[in-house]
Amino acid sequence: MKLQDNITMAVRGVTTHKSRAILTILGIVIGIASITLVMAIGDGAQNLIVGEIQGLGTQNVYVIPGRQSGLKSGGNLMVDSIKNKDFEDMQKKSNIPDAQLVIPMVFGPGTATYGSESYDGTFLGSTQDFFTSSNVDMTKGQGTLFSADDVLQKAKVAVIGNLVANQLFGFSSAVGQNIKIKDQSFRVVGVLPEMGQMAAVNLNESIVVPYTTAQQYILGIRYIQRIIIQADSVANIPNVQKDVTTLLRNNHNITDPTKDDFFTQTQQDLIGTISTITNILTILLTSVAAISLLVGGIGIMNIMLVSVTERTREIGLRKALGATNSNILSQFLMEAVILTISGGVIGILVGILMSLGAAWAITTFGGLSFVFIFPVVGVILGVTVSSAIGFVFGVFPARQASRKSPMEALRYE
Amino acid sequence: MPLISVRNLQKTYIDDGVETRAVRGIDLDINEGEFVSIVGPSGSGKSTLTQMLGFLDRPTGGTYLFEGKEMNNYSDDELAFIRNTKIGFVFQSFNLLARQSVLDNVKLPLIYAGITEPKRTHIAKEMVELVGLGDRMLYDTSKLSGGQKQRVAIARALANNPRVIFADEPTGSLDSKSGEVVLEFLQNLHAKGGTIVLVTHESYVAESAQRILHIKDGLLDKDEKVKNRRIIAQDGFNK
Repeated sequence: MKLQDNITMAVRGVTTHKSRAILTILGIVIGIASITLVMAIGDGAQNLIVGEIQGLGTQNVYVIPGRQSGLKSGGNLMVDSIKNKDFEDMQKKSNIPDAQLVIPMVFGPGTATYGSESYDGTFLGSTQDFFTSSNVDMTKGQGTLFSADDVLQKAKVAVIGNLVANQLFGFSSAVGQNIKIKDQSFRVVGVLPEMGQMAAVNLNESIVVPYTTAQQYILGIRYIQRIIIQADSVANIPNVQKDVTTLLRNNHNITDPTKDDFFTQTQQDLIGTISTITNILTILLTSVAAISLLVGGIGIMNIMLVSVTERTREIGLRKALGATNSNILSQFLMEAVILTISGGVIGILVGILMSLGAAWAITTFGGLSFVFIFPVVGVILGVTVSSAIGFVFGVFPARQASRKSPMEALRYE
Repeated sequence: MPLISVRNLQKTYIDDGVETRAVRGIDLDINEGEFVSIVGPSGSGKSTLTQMLGFLDRPTGGTYLFEGKEMNNYSDDELAFIRNTKIGFVFQSFNLLARQSVLDNVKLPLIYAGITEPKRTHIAKEMVELVGLGDRMLYDTSKLSGGQKQRVAIARALANNPRVIFADEPTGSLDSKSGEVVLEFLQNLHAKGGTIVLVTHESYVAESAQRILHIKDGLLDKDEKVKNRRIIAQDGFNK
């Protein structure tokens, strides 16, 4: 018997009981749809995060206080290990010759008020170089940025994101106005143009002040939480990491590298870490979805066994007319595979629709530029897994059918 | 050489340790072109005998020669091939595939014979025309009358041009008029050289054959030639 005839017979066998077939494949549809959705969302999230990190420039080296997590415990105890002097030393060209920008960062949540309006946002303390590295184009914004002198003099000036400006000032101009942060008065010198999300920072919702000002008047700290060093080329990133490490070990009198109270990270490290996390999450969620596939497979086997019993006389007739055991085996196996592949295809379509819906919702309501990525792996996996399930869970009922004696099958009532 | 030749043919069933000897040692020959009726009361073993002769079941004892070849050691696949190409079955309960057309039902043995689609459609159409259902080829079989269903079953039995037709109570589910039409068709086939084995428990049906084998308690009780054979009007299904 030809494969085409086998497929035609199996399709007829399945479509004879349409509503039962639809209910049978529901488990497979849900399982495959979940896997497709998880993979599409996982890929989209990874793409979004990686894109944001890359948007900051691929030449950045992050200097972070404490010990790198995963190596030894106690990293959080040394969050204050990087001082202003360390930053000042890093700025000296002789210490890190391949650095083109050295940017300190301090940050924390807080409330800014203007008159009766208030805004809960993120305070960011840095230098004017932060704006350079963030590619801020003030021709599209309002006012100016703060200067190196403002940083030196701990001036109470602030550059605010456009959402902050809208919240506090509405349609009136924010530049030149004074806002209150922790009972201190800050003069708004500039409003940033609308900018996208940058890794963990959304500049639209931020209030940026000189880091020295933030340390003294807002956060009450004497250390720096991050230093971003922009290397002059990607090739020189290792040199920068080496120079920073040497400098900080000297400054902190560290001779044993295992006792470092800081660590460095590059964009590639970050991307690698983020990718690992999203991949683990995707695998975890896919595993959960796989359980419904298993349940769906058992459902298919159950219905196929019922079908074999119900169609015993048909099996007897087919054998009487010349069907071999393998003809019957392949017909029932094909029916199971057609059921599961149909479930797989419907599941993929449902999963893609749900992913498109999720991408739209994240973009519309989450304010993120979440792009739907067609889950190629999910689709391939969906079709492969569903046909494999049909095969595995179809073998037992199909063997039961093929082993029936034609005479006994014809007599069955 | 007889087409079918059995010696000491036996069939014993063992169910829950209880042994039932359905056929207890039958010797018989059926020649090509014969029209034979197998008759006997319910439980006599006539259906079991027919199922063994039609390769639907294996004997537990004795020998079976078909076309002069010993069949006892044939594999399941070899027996399936013989059923497909050399045997045609007509059952009391028609055994048609529901929700499928007349044509598709007739095509079924041709599919298992590996015949290509255009050729099998051609053959199936010929067979359906032969049984007088040319105007109902695409009808769903569940919409046909009992007599029409049995005609479809006959068309299907003839599709692979078999050496012998086994008809097991073919008139049992039909009204007398439809039953007569089926018997008439079997007589027509026989007149054209076909070999027919008809199983029935009704004597007037059995008398449409040339020869009657009486089965009683699993044994061949009597093998007689029909003296006053009942010949049904020869005007076919198209009357």
